[in-house]
Amino acid sequence: MTLETIAGLYNYWMVIFLMMTGFYIVLARKNLIKSVIGLNIFQTSVFLLYITMGKVNNGTAPIIPPAIVEAQKSAHESHAGAAAGGVAEHGAGVAEHGAGVAEHGAVVAEHGAGAAEAVHAAGDIVYSNPLPSVLMLTAIVVGIATTALALALVVRIREDYGTVDEERILELDRGE
Amino acid sequence: MIDAIDSHLAILLIVLPLMAAPICVLLGNGRAAYTLALLVSILTFACSVTMLDEALEHGVIYYDLGNWHPPYGIEYRVDVFSGFVLTFVSGIGAAVLLYAPMSVRDEIPASKHYLFYATYLLCLTGLLGMCVTGDLFNVFVFLEISSLSSYALISLGKTRRAPLAAFQYLILGSIGATFILIGIGLLYQMTGALNMDEIAARVPHEDGPRTVLVAFAFLTVGLCIKMAVFPVHTWLPNAYTYAPSVVTCFIAATSTKVSVYVFVRLIYGIISPGFAFNFLPLDTELMFFSLAGIFIASTAAIYQDNIKRMLAYSSVAQVGYMLLGISLATPTGLSGGIVHMFNHALIKGGLFMVVGCFVLRLGSVQMSDWKGAGRTMPWTATAWVIGGLGLIGVPLTAGFISKWLLLTSIFEAGWWPIAVLMLVSSLLAVVYIWRVVETLFFAEPSEAAAMATEAPLRMLIPTYLLIGGTLVFGVWTTYSAGIAHAAAIALLGEAP
Repeated sequence: MTLETIAGLYNYWMVIFLMMTGFYIVLARKNLIKSVIGLNIFQTSVFLLYITMGKVNNGTAPIIPPAIVEAQKSAHESHAGAAAGGVAEHGAGVAEHGAGVAEHGAVVAEHGAGAAEAVHAAGDIVYSNPLPSVLMLTAIVVGIATTALALALVVRIREDYGTVDEERILELDRGE
Repeated sequence: MIDAIDSHLAILLIVLPLMAAPICVLLGNGRAAYTLALLVSILTFACSVTMLDEALEHGVIYYDLGNWHPPYGIEYRVDVFSGFVLTFVSGIGAAVLLYAPMSVRDEIPASKHYLFYATYLLCLTGLLGMCVTGDLFNVFVFLEISSLSSYALISLGKTRRAPLAAFQYLILGSIGATFILIGIGLLYQMTGALNMDEIAARVPHEDGPRTVLVAFAFLTVGLCIKMAVFPVHTWLPNAYTYAPSVVTCFIAATSTKVSVYVFVRLIYGIISPGFAFNFLPLDTELMFFSLAGIFIASTAAIYQDNIKRMLAYSSVAQVGYMLLGISLATPTGLSGGIVHMFNHALIKGGLFMVVGCFVLRLGSVQMSDWKGAGRTMPWTATAWVIGGLGLIGVPLTAGFISKWLLLTSIFEAGWWPIAVLMLVSSLLAVVYIWRVVETLFFAEPSEAAAMATEAPLRMLIPTYLLIGGTLVFGVWTTYSAGIAHAAAIALLGEAP
């Protein structure tokens, strides 16, 4: 493993570090609130893992740039225009008109080629994979629900036992 | 109209309880919420039965959510196996609701009744969703829906230990769910797919790159926590003991079974058994942990004086039998494991209902308070005896069928020491069931027991529905072992 690959995996090192930190806090901390926060860190590391795997080298956000949208739109319109031109030619059947239309058609064709070029350029743009990020939106919601429920439970435990220290609670239970 | 409903059954199964839950909250009235919940749970049961029937006759049902075809959209997929699990989960969901009202009135403050039924429906939604979906990430989402609602349900218990038990379950359960999420992520990284069939087609089955191995390890450990397999079962005894009786009935009968279902899907549907059992030594490991779990948990059950806790330990042991069947990877063994999911759901659901009846009349789950209650509550006590016989695996009960299938396949494989261990472990069940029977029938009645009257019919009838079921399915196995066998054949045949 060269230094470069180690540095290239920077995000994954962070994921592992966060994951282990969170996991350790959950297992080792006896304070109930601290374990909830540990659980939170643990879950966050997974969000980072997913988002990292969705990233493509030199990839940009998967949003089609406005210039290309414009180009596509005008390409579409010019196709429609060419078709209309065809109809006009057919309908008139007059030589001069026909020539005019043909000229117009050539302009349209040129324009179309430009649009095609732009669309072609769009094919060269590298996008990141949006799916993992979208999945994480759901996972974040789940994480919030878990944290909220856990904290609500801690509130009730605190009301009943008067403490949030797990060892103290177990002592109280044994004392019963 | 009927056709339109018929083609959307897979999604109706999820949408009905999911939409009914907030309506329960809006109704804000315990009685109205109960009526709605009962209606919806019966409807979901009808949906499941219809789909199982269709899957048996015409093969797998595919349903593309929002008409987005896979791999872009989420696909729901009902085959014989998932139809079978769906049917008994929704069936028990309805039976427990039939049983619920008096016990709920006794154990949960009236102001929270409508919230209880709403949460119950959400839990049912999550469990059914895990069975119906063919998309791995969707499994995670439904798993969390069912888990979060079961934490809330458990915390409704009367004693102050209930929130603590729920909290401990929440911590362990969330770690398990996050492990599953990591596993799904790594599988997605390797295959670029979330649909189970797509992943199965793309993941290498001969030798595993490290990412696949790690993904599989995370998924297995995560699911083991959810299934309460022996060394990571610690959340289960407390959760079952301190939850309200109705919640224990429902969760004990369904929740671990659905996790077992997902585990079977993972091994047989995604990572082939060849990969899990031949390339990796998962079968030996599963067998070791299931046998260790069966013995240690059964022994622990013998020493419990709290009857709910005793049954909870027994549940840990019974999950061992299911895993034993799964690890065998033969048609007989796998169908034994699958049918044990169903049989154990009936038996344990029934037994916890019996406990609920006693709690209503005696107000306690301590063995010392149950003394002599068999004389004043003969019907309830008889139900305990029948359910107990099923748990032991006496012939003519459902428990016998699954243990017989397991034993047969173990003998086929020639592992007679394991067969001997299985028989010995059944004796441990005899011990703990007998302790209660002795207390009920042969001890001097305690004060509470002497004054107790028979449990109300509204609770006895659903109890006997499940307990009677163990007798019916102990003799007539077309719709239990028969379907389980068809499911096992399909699972083994599918494996690439």
